[in-house]
Amino acid sequence: MKKRRGKMSKSYELFIGPNHPGIPGNFSLHLELEGDTIVSAKGDPGYLHRAFEKGMENRLYIQNLALIPRICVPEPDINEAAYSMAIEDLMGVEIPERAKYIRTIVLELARTTAYLLWMGGYAASLGLYTLSQWATGDRDYAIDLFAELTGARVYHMYIWPGGVRRDLPAGWEDEVLGFVRYLKDKLTDYDNLFFKNAMFIHRARGVAKITQEQALEWGATGPVLKATGVAQDVRKDAPYAAYGELDFEIPVLTEGDSWSRAIVRRIEIENALNLIEQAVKKMPKKGPVWTKMPNPFKWYVPEGETYAKVESSRGEHGFFMVSDGTEKPYRVAVRGASMPHMFTIAEKLLVGARLADASHILLSLDICPPEIDR
Amino acid sequence: MSKEEMNKRVEQFENGSLITPLSSVKYLFKKPHTLQYPKEEKPVPERFRGFHINDIDKCIGCGNCRDICPCAAITMVDPSNVHPIEVKEGSNPVRPQIDYGRCSYCGLCVEVCPTGSLKLSKDLIYTSPDADSFVWIPLEEQGREPGFTQTDEITPLMLEKVEMPELEPDVRKKTFEEIILGFNEEQAKKEAMRCLGCGICMQGCPAHMKIPEYIQAIFDGDNKLSVSYMLEDNALPGICGRICTHACQDDCVYNYRGDAVQIMWLKRFATDQLKDYSEVELEKMPKTGKKVAIIGSGPSGLSAAYYLATMGHSVTIFEKRSRAGGALGLGIPLYRLPIYELDKEINHIKSMGVEIKLNTEVGKDVSFEELMKNYDAVYLGIGLSYGRSIRLKGEDHPDVIQAIDFLRQVKVEGRRDIAKRVIVIGGGNVAMDVARTVVRLQQISHGGEDTMVQTVSLEDWDIMPASKEEVEGALEEGVIFNPGWGPKQVIFDENGKIKGLEVLKVKSIFDENHRFHPTFFEDQSKILEGNYIIEAVGQMYDFSFIPKDLFEKLKFTPRRRVWVDEYGETSIPGLFAGGDLVPTSKGNAISAIANGHRAAIGIDRYLQDKK
Repeated sequence: MKKRRGKMSKSYELFIGPNHPGIPGNFSLHLELEGDTIVSAKGDPGYLHRAFEKGMENRLYIQNLALIPRICVPEPDINEAAYSMAIEDLMGVEIPERAKYIRTIVLELARTTAYLLWMGGYAASLGLYTLSQWATGDRDYAIDLFAELTGARVYHMYIWPGGVRRDLPAGWEDEVLGFVRYLKDKLTDYDNLFFKNAMFIHRARGVAKITQEQALEWGATGPVLKATGVAQDVRKDAPYAAYGELDFEIPVLTEGDSWSRAIVRRIEIENALNLIEQAVKKMPKKGPVWTKMPNPFKWYVPEGETYAKVESSRGEHGFFMVSDGTEKPYRVAVRGASMPHMFTIAEKLLVGARLADASHILLSLDICPPEIDR
Repeated sequence: MSKEEMNKRVEQFENGSLITPLSSVKYLFKKPHTLQYPKEEKPVPERFRGFHINDIDKCIGCGNCRDICPCAAITMVDPSNVHPIEVKEGSNPVRPQIDYGRCSYCGLCVEVCPTGSLKLSKDLIYTSPDADSFVWIPLEEQGREPGFTQTDEITPLMLEKVEMPELEPDVRKKTFEEIILGFNEEQAKKEAMRCLGCGICMQGCPAHMKIPEYIQAIFDGDNKLSVSYMLEDNALPGICGRICTHACQDDCVYNYRGDAVQIMWLKRFATDQLKDYSEVELEKMPKTGKKVAIIGSGPSGLSAAYYLATMGHSVTIFEKRSRAGGALGLGIPLYRLPIYELDKEINHIKSMGVEIKLNTEVGKDVSFEELMKNYDAVYLGIGLSYGRSIRLKGEDHPDVIQAIDFLRQVKVEGRRDIAKRVIVIGGGNVAMDVARTVVRLQQISHGGEDTMVQTVSLEDWDIMPASKEEVEGALEEGVIFNPGWGPKQVIFDENGKIKGLEVLKVKSIFDENHRFHPTFFEDQSKILEGNYIIEAVGQMYDFSFIPKDLFEKLKFTPRRRVWVDEYGETSIPGLFAGGDLVPTSKGNAISAIANGHRAAIGIDRYLQDKK
């Protein structure tokens, strides 16, 4: 905290982040406060910048597989899927049916883990730490499933161009269904402790409210947009993987406040679990899971440009890729949902809010800093 | 789910309660989820991606793991201080060392490992205050349990080769047309795409050609660049693209898990795309004014001449026959090497300023001493141009012929007559050339009639010197094999005509000192039916053109090859030798081309010193 120079002033600056429990990742905010009311907010990114996009231009297409999941820690698989879809689109490759379903299961399981992690952070920002313990613990069950499927806990590197890297291990479908059943039961307890908790509703309702017009103008997607009454979802609007074959409804609320965004995410968890169940049931029981791709050292992707997008837990997540016909991408740009959520929406919503709500507002937007620092 | 149902689901969250959160108190009485490590251990998944395991004896040090690593975590190092290795042909004496400060455990190194020696383990726990100790050479004996391994079903490697289109056996045995039809552009690019670029193949090639580079150029569609890479180490790439023994392919890392990259056919494709090599950018040094005489226009002579010409020396080749090329022009059948291809390469060498004097026999038309006197250096590339006989009882008959003479008669003199029943003695590639040539002649002269050609060789199937492709091709064309039998004597009928060949079962081929010394079971014999016998058991040289006093100065190796130093110079100063005469020869075109090139470098060095 520092005093303004010159004449006496009521206002002062407060830096929160890059290391702060109320910041969802390594990111900094410069707040100007009067008393405990925020007068202005300015995002200060760069602390997590590892030049993902530039790095990709210097690596073979297959080598980027180790880089892309790191663009989002809570939900790495969306990067693998969008990156692979972009290459498949440029090459005109169709992936096998079974691979489409496996991708769907993986992406929905990833969505579940991302929401569990969000849930813990969000509840903690309101002072309820029990939920963080529960959610982190339950996320670990999903991570165990990932470890069994892919060999890694967080950075799976499992979805790759052409399909997926290995077929499901024996009995994995039953294990994933067991997890779905477990979490569905557990959701009642989550509801009782948090989502139906009067104190939560009291703290969240009416806070950080945005209108539908504002959301659309500012580039909001995902739960932030759905909470203002717009039923927009990439899974419905431009179905990828096996989403076109599955039955699900987009949760839409109208109030556009922190509470609505939380409830959209809460329902999305249930949706994800239902989608996993459906996908396991409908998935072809046998068949290839990968379309043969060229030798990685001579993998020349045809010249062209494309934009491949998926629905992440935070909104539209896309990869814009330009190929100059060589073995390395000419340009890859990542469209992370968090960029507009931070730089336009959070900066505006924080103005007028109380300092105690700053973390809560940021978490209600579910901002993932690596998506900004790419 | 309908919209109404969705609305209901939202509604349930509308009203909160202060009582329901208290239901969570029940968890106070439940068993915690947390595993109490180390009392309780969590099973590690089968596919777990932890530290590496490398079967260091199986590993060939090709470095594909290093090249694919996205994090530059792998360096190839000499492992002898942790695990001594045997340095085999087709391998590098290095093994991967992993820097675990960089490794991202992606497993791509495992996916591209051609031998399958590299795996990831289930172990990911290592603690040390010393950061440098986090770098090590993974070994099997470190006792880690395997986790993530490669599969053949899903692998980034392209294990299967592109099949080469060729004439069907029934069609090809009636004609001397080239059997191999060659790749089209799409096939060539697809085959070129398979190459990993590791360069292990270069070790097997006697000329150490820049194989990964020229394959990459083919893949990029730049055949001129590809041929320019080839010409750096091989003056006859188009010929090698057809008849090479392709030791490179035997060393190709794909052999461990699939089909070797068809390097030879790719070379052929690139050279075939150019009408001549005039468009290929080549470096040529200014004229030196030095003169070099080359005796013999076989592959080694042509190779030496080409590289000497690029170094600016003026080169004259003396060839006693009416056609240049040595064994290439006289011996190798047309169905393997068409004349136009030979002419194309020889014309290219001539275009570099090399003069070839045909029908000029050294020792007859021009004396050896004259050459030694008039030229600054002389190169002997006479090859083994005379057939070797096994001194068979009854072989001094007009119907017993040497392979080299037979092949020349067919290729150069246009001989088309042949007996209906032919026996070929030998099991090498020349024997295969002879047998398959006989099949064609029989089809042309006696088409539709009952004909037969059979080979007899001391070597059994497992050690037959002929290449696998040649043996398979001969079998497809109906050649009968008698491996493991040795000829005893020719059998004649009452009119003095050949009736057959008596052969004995082979007991052993080499003596205890691994010297050639065949022994037979005298009681196990059979008679092969045939009216014409062709001997294809090896060739020898003829040095009668060298005057005795000079010849006495010429040093030979114990195996009767001309002794040369590492630059191809013989014991007579200014006289160099190469091709099949010298010990480095493996009896094939590519090793002759390689030692011709080496001698050219030696001659250049000698001429510079002579100044």
